Amino acid sequence: MRLSYPTSIKIVKLPCTGKIDVLYLLKAFQSGADGVYVAGCMEGDCHYLTGNLRAKKRVEYTQKILDEVGVGGERLAMYNMSAAQGARFVEVAQEMTEKIKELGPSPIKKQKSEISKQESEVKGQKTEVV
Amino acid sequence: MVIGEGKPIKEILAMIEDRSKILLAGCRGCVTVCCAGGEKEVGILSSAISLARQNQGKALEIKEVTLERQCDPEYLEEIRSIVDDYEAILSIACGAGVQFLAETYRTTPIYPGINTNFIGVTQEQGVWAERCQSCGDCKLHLTGGICPITRCAKSLLNGPCGGSSTGKCEVDPETDCGWQMIYDRFKELGCLEQLEVIIPITDWTTSRDGGPRKIVREDLKL
Repeated sequence: MRLSYPTSIKIVKLPCTGKIDVLYLLKAFQSGADGVYVAGCMEGDCHYLTGNLRAKKRVEYTQKILDEVGVGGERLAMYNMSAAQGARFVEVAQEMTEKIKELGPSPIKKQKSEISKQESEVKGQKTEVV
Repeated sequence: MVIGEGKPIKEILAMIEDRSKILLAGCRGCVTVCCAGGEKEVGILSSAISLARQNQGKALEIKEVTLERQCDPEYLEEIRSIVDDYEAILSIACGAGVQFLAETYRTTPIYPGINTNFIGVTQEQGVWAERCQSCGDCKLHLTGGICPITRCAKSLLNGPCGGSSTGKCEVDPETDCGWQMIYDRFKELGCLEQLEVIIPITDWTTSRDGGPRKIVREDLKL
């Protein structure tokens, strides 16, 4: 098939989306991710029966937290696709990338870069004074 | 166990608004079991607060700790050496734990990160329900093992009242009538005649009406 998907996407492999934890998702945003999506098996097709359904609920819970803290729940999404749907995988990767591009960088990242910019400016001033 | 649930993050953020270095303390007791204040919830709340503060551009240093129990003095002592390094403690233990921390560390502000709701049971994964109001004078032997003080909205000891309809309480159509449950239980046990036993007027001084309660066991004291 040899389909290509946006290079901005970093894949974190899990044995099942049922292994998804609220903390994993939050940590991804803390680490500077602009968006995160969970790619699970089709509903009803989970090898462990309900792993993807549990993941869906955890994603929804995390979306609420992201809304509350000002990051925005829309930066997190859950998609369902089977391992045989390579074309769908690419389609979702492109769709999510476009959505995040529209939303722009994560506000966390913006703040971080502004703080480091201010710090470097302050450092620069100090150097001049010295 | 004591059941609680996390406060809204915005409420917590308002409490710690002026702080830049806090200790976030969880408890491995009841609140771990009801998924409100254990090690996992400490991690999630810490991440959420950090994200919010990063978003506001106000850096916050958070130290995460989870004590065996916050309602026993020996475990509170475990953080004595680090408490003074922090401006405040945000505790996600039950109300007892939060207060015990405040009593132990008198010069450090203590904030509650959860609401303590009731003494209850895990009905199923993710569902908790109230079963005891700790009235201090258990009458479960008279009511088929179902507490009318907790399960009846009016805490009637000789029910049901006229608000009982098709087994539900008038307060909420989703809530079972406590006295209907007691009746059903007596029926199952084959002792419906127990319903005719009048429970006398209760002395509520063993409950909250007598002020804060205390138990002293001389045989156990050191």
